Amino acid sequence: MKDLKEIISFLKEYDGEEIRIMEICGSHTGAIAKNGIEAMLSEKICLISGPGCPVCVTPSAYIDRLIELSLESDTTVVTFGDLLRVPGSRESLREAQGRGAKVKMVYSPMDIIGIAKDSPDNKFVFAAIGFETTTPVYALLLDTLVKEKIENVKLLTALKTMPEVVDVLCSGGAKINAFIAPGHVCVVTGSRIFEPAAQKYHLPFVVSGFEGEDLLRTIYLLVQNKGEGKVINNYPSVVSYEGNEKAQALVEKYFTKADASWRGIGNVTGSGRLIRPEFSRYDAGSAGLEYDEKKNKACSCDKVIMGLISPEECPLFGKICNPGNPQGACMVSPEGSCNTRFCMG
Amino acid sequence: MSDVITMAHGSGGSATGELIDEIFAPAFSNETLLAMEDSAVVDGSKKIAMTTDSFVVTPLIFNGGDIGRLCVCGTVNDLLMRGAVPKYITCGFILEEGLETDTLKKCVASLAETAKEAGVCVVAGDTKVVEGHGGLYINTAGVGLFPDGDKDISALNSADGDEIIVSGTMGDHHATIMAHRLEIDTDIKSDNAPLTEMTSRLLASGIPIHTMRDITRGGLGTVLKELAQSSNTVFYINEEMIPIAHSVREFARLTGIDPVYMGNEGKMVVTVPGEFADKALEIIRGSRYGENAAVIGEVKKDENRTGKLIMRTKLGGERSLDILRGEGLPRIC
Repeated sequence: MKDLKEIISFLKEYDGEEIRIMEICGSHTGAIAKNGIEAMLSEKICLISGPGCPVCVTPSAYIDRLIELSLESDTTVVTFGDLLRVPGSRESLREAQGRGAKVKMVYSPMDIIGIAKDSPDNKFVFAAIGFETTTPVYALLLDTLVKEKIENVKLLTALKTMPEVVDVLCSGGAKINAFIAPGHVCVVTGSRIFEPAAQKYHLPFVVSGFEGEDLLRTIYLLVQNKGEGKVINNYPSVVSYEGNEKAQALVEKYFTKADASWRGIGNVTGSGRLIRPEFSRYDAGSAGLEYDEKKNKACSCDKVIMGLISPEECPLFGKICNPGNPQGACMVSPEGSCNTRFCMG
Repeated sequence: MSDVITMAHGSGGSATGELIDEIFAPAFSNETLLAMEDSAVVDGSKKIAMTTDSFVVTPLIFNGGDIGRLCVCGTVNDLLMRGAVPKYITCGFILEEGLETDTLKKCVASLAETAKEAGVCVVAGDTKVVEGHGGLYINTAGVGLFPDGDKDISALNSADGDEIIVSGTMGDHHATIMAHRLEIDTDIKSDNAPLTEMTSRLLASGIPIHTMRDITRGGLGTVLKELAQSSNTVFYINEEMIPIAHSVREFARLTGIDPVYMGNEGKMVVTVPGEFADKALEIIRGSRYGENAAVIGEVKKDENRTGKLIMRTKLGGERSLDILRGEGLPRIC
């Protein structure tokens, strides 16, 4: 491949047909902003953020259910920090804490094991959200619960898988010409999972790492391969064609494919995972959490997630909706498109 | 004295006397304090600088420092940033029952030693004991004098053509505390330090300093964005020039926190007219705690970008930085 200098000048001077490139990983959204990459591209290369932040695509029904659980007298919800502020249909977990919701923040799902052992008389529910990247950790958690016979922990899951939603995006109205494929997801799944979409829609997918240089090379490869239905692995140091088969097997053992509800997109057939029926005693009622009501009717997170508008085109952006007072999920997470644009725009 | 603090130590009776006699008095012996009057009467200057800060850090003792050292540095550095000479501080201790006496002794000894280093005298103090789980909170207030008349050093003064200097590596204190809380073993040390020597040498040099700010909570990004807004200018910084210790950089990658938003407790940013930048840098580098100082960018006037902080990235891109939002939580995937 060309050296970085040549790539940088190619991308700045590119004057061919316009190309619209979507990244579908929240960490890529952050890395693009952090490295100031948009300022390095010609106007003919347009970057769009897709539904790649797990917090941003979690429907309000899920948050409402978490709040309901956290208010039960003997139950504590255990979660990652950024889920605390995501609005449900009426309030966020953090707001619910004001009226007695019991919520504990952790850095790793496995922390719940120690917490549950310390308080055997209480029940704990882990807010298990995420994509293919995080699902193996939840499978490991379930494996530990089963092996150590821990009975006071359940999971409320909102687990999503990428290929099905990519299919929705490709057939939607966002006019996407190319995809930056999520590096972390592909570590687990292998680069092969994007092959069907690439071939079906004749679009290039380049699996990318997260350094600025990785992303510039990825964008270069996408421009060079516009119109080609293929997957290119530009993150070969950690991503293989098959992925991590051990992790995949563990996920298969505990989870089954299911439909999933995406905030702003709706129900997407086969785009999620649920705990298998034989382990249903560990499920805190994850099936059927579908409805998605907006806290603020004018919130356009749904259009932002689909790549139909940029964050600035939402009437609330930067006004009533800001990181201190998020109206929609895209403004909550540091990986959400609106939050990234607001903080690093 | 008992091994742990109990409610009796806050009663005002004999146990309180024991606490003062065995821990506080030996550490802070000076005439003003030992007079045990209701308030301290001290010498002053025509104008004085005053500040106060409360310290609630956990753990109480961390790599490179402790709450005792920290509570002096925080207050002293705030006084120094206005060009004042810190002279007096007061300390209000709130002890939770169950606090280990040894821990308290260590923190108090460290406070006294840091005060000595910073050239301030602890002239008044107070102790309360509350129910709890062995915690310790300290409030310090400080007074600084202007023996040579007050200085016009302010956040408002940064101007077109100034260069931006930071006095050392970014994020060390923040990373130290985070690593303790996450139970990650690292060799990262807090940078908590009083910047007395550095600032007094800068002031004595006669360099027309426009702004000095200590880079604490919110980190470099927050501080510079606020300075750009206060002075109605644009601050340009170069990512490559920002000093960050290798271990802190790696820690930041691991936790997903941006080092630009990680706080320090012994670092400052200075803006001076471009022609004085080399001289100022030389003075800072030659002072205690300043060996890694660097020029990281410049201040410009640009009506279209007023109040902005722009980072030129390593790759050659540009990124606009806002103040820190939220709590800097680790990423989830």
